Amino acid sequence: MAVIPLERKPLTFAERTYLPQIASGLWTTFKRIFQPQVTLSYPEQRPAIPPGYRGVPTLVRDPNGREKCVSCQLCEFVCPPKAIRITPGEIPADQADRAHVEKAPQAFDIDMLRCIYCGLCQEVCPEEAIFLQNQYSLSGYTREEMVNHKDKLYELGGTIPDQHYKWDQKKTAAEHGNTH
Amino acid sequence: MATEFAFPDSAAKAAGAPPEFQTEKMSLSMGPSHPSTHGVLRLQMELDGEILTKCDPVLGYLHRGDEKIAENMTYNQFVPYTDRLDYLAPLANNMAYAIAVERLAKLEVPARCQAIRVITAELARVSSHLMGLGAFGIDTGAWTVFMYCFTEREKLYKLFEELTGARFTTSYARIGGLQRDVPEGWTKNVNAFCDQFLPILDEILGLLTRNKIFMDRSVDIGVISKADAIAYGLTGPNLRGSGVGLDLRKDKPYSGYEQYEFDVPVGTKGDCYDRYLVRGEEMKQSVRIIKQAVAKFPGGDWYAKDARKIFAPPKDKILTSMEELIQNFMIVTEGPQMPAGEVYFEAENPKGALGFYVVSKGGGVPWRLKIRSPSFCNLSILPKVCVGALISDVVSILGSFDFVMGECDR
Repeated sequence: MAVIPLERKPLTFAERTYLPQIASGLWTTFKRIFQPQVTLSYPEQRPAIPPGYRGVPTLVRDPNGREKCVSCQLCEFVCPPKAIRITPGEIPADQADRAHVEKAPQAFDIDMLRCIYCGLCQEVCPEEAIFLQNQYSLSGYTREEMVNHKDKLYELGGTIPDQHYKWDQKKTAAEHGNTH
Repeated sequence: MATEFAFPDSAAKAAGAPPEFQTEKMSLSMGPSHPSTHGVLRLQMELDGEILTKCDPVLGYLHRGDEKIAENMTYNQFVPYTDRLDYLAPLANNMAYAIAVERLAKLEVPARCQAIRVITAELARVSSHLMGLGAFGIDTGAWTVFMYCFTEREKLYKLFEELTGARFTTSYARIGGLQRDVPEGWTKNVNAFCDQFLPILDEILGLLTRNKIFMDRSVDIGVISKADAIAYGLTGPNLRGSGVGLDLRKDKPYSGYEQYEFDVPVGTKGDCYDRYLVRGEEMKQSVRIIKQAVAKFPGGDWYAKDARKIFAPPKDKILTSMEELIQNFMIVTEGPQMPAGEVYFEAENPKGALGFYVVSKGGGVPWRLKIRSPSFCNLSILPKVCVGALISDVVSILGSFDFVMGECDR
């Protein structure tokens, strides 16, 4: 095990006059004037957002414009600060192509005053329906304004490419007599 | 009637002075919202002139009951709360917590996961020490140091953002693995950061190390002897500043720290200046560890694949297979399944030894979770070290302790 004691060399006479350090300190700061700027003029300039950023949670639709959430309430369960409230509902009768999905959220509220952007909801979602996307600054005048309802969540979320079309696959499988 | 003064100096002089100059002891509250108390620490001080005769730290202004909260949620749900302990090094807290629970389950995570955890913990150490150094700089009147430290810290936060998706509250570790694998090219960015960081660190330290103004404020101030440091349970740079070479990364290696070569810097005197020197050197050692870890960055899995009741299956499996879907539901709702038992694990965090004592009666929820926070134990020496100091020295002492109230009050 290598323990290294830190040396403390006594100051030279020149250093004890404070002057060399003041000069070298000024020289250091002077050099920095000519280095590139490290700050951004927010909000005119915005920082680049890396992929996988955890911004405001949103609900997404699949490329066919259908809602992906099946209101299994797993995100509501896992949410550490209990920011999510879901009221499950039936699939509306006019959406016959989704009848086999069985359920959809009637109401889906995320209280952004409670949300801590931890991303657990996205992590546990078995439908890839909830995503934390790029938006990071939000504000409002009232508490009610800070609760994102279902419409707002879909508006924020937009559409995300789907790799699996899970429910379509299930439907085809069921039509071929394979219920698994 | 002659008055007796515990700390003569100014008050005794005043006693010999004409009656109108004679003073009595004054009690003064410093904090909870005082810029140099680094958070919501309140010092109840008794003053004899400008000299402290008593100093009582008053804690609890940031108490959130994290230990009780932990009993009401599954192991994974508590990870975001560990971010908020020492909020200047959330990645190190995440790792310490995950390893504690993994020890309970006797689970070994793959080498790649361990390496990622080491890199993130050391980056967190650098970022925390930068903040500590900058704040100490401000406390002693060196504003430039703070700005330069923040410039470097910002680069680190960019790296954290790329890795975890969040700058500050990372919530990166999971029981048995991580939130996600490292993105492509991230280790290269880490290396690039390390390369440019060392000369800048020398520049920053050069502003302070031989600076007489800074030394006047820190040398021989707040001296903690070796025996006191051990007796009061100090850990981390504050303990090493007093000359005790205890570093859990060396003494009880975890997460593969035994593979890396690094030195443990210790101070000689135990004053504020030593604690500053130790932090400066520790950053260099951290960079050394990071470079080694990146150089031999192992491939393979980044989570424990065999622990099917602890770590949730990958997303594409959940979406396509019924079995994995049910498994995912079970892990989320019941929690990662742990055996009954208890475990105590301490990790060498930037602020000292962060310990988690987990008691489990089986299932996915801890029965009791005790957090041993280094800042809390480090502050216990304040009543001893501050007595006899000037008020302006107290600011210096607090700065050199580098504590975080989020962790202290938890």
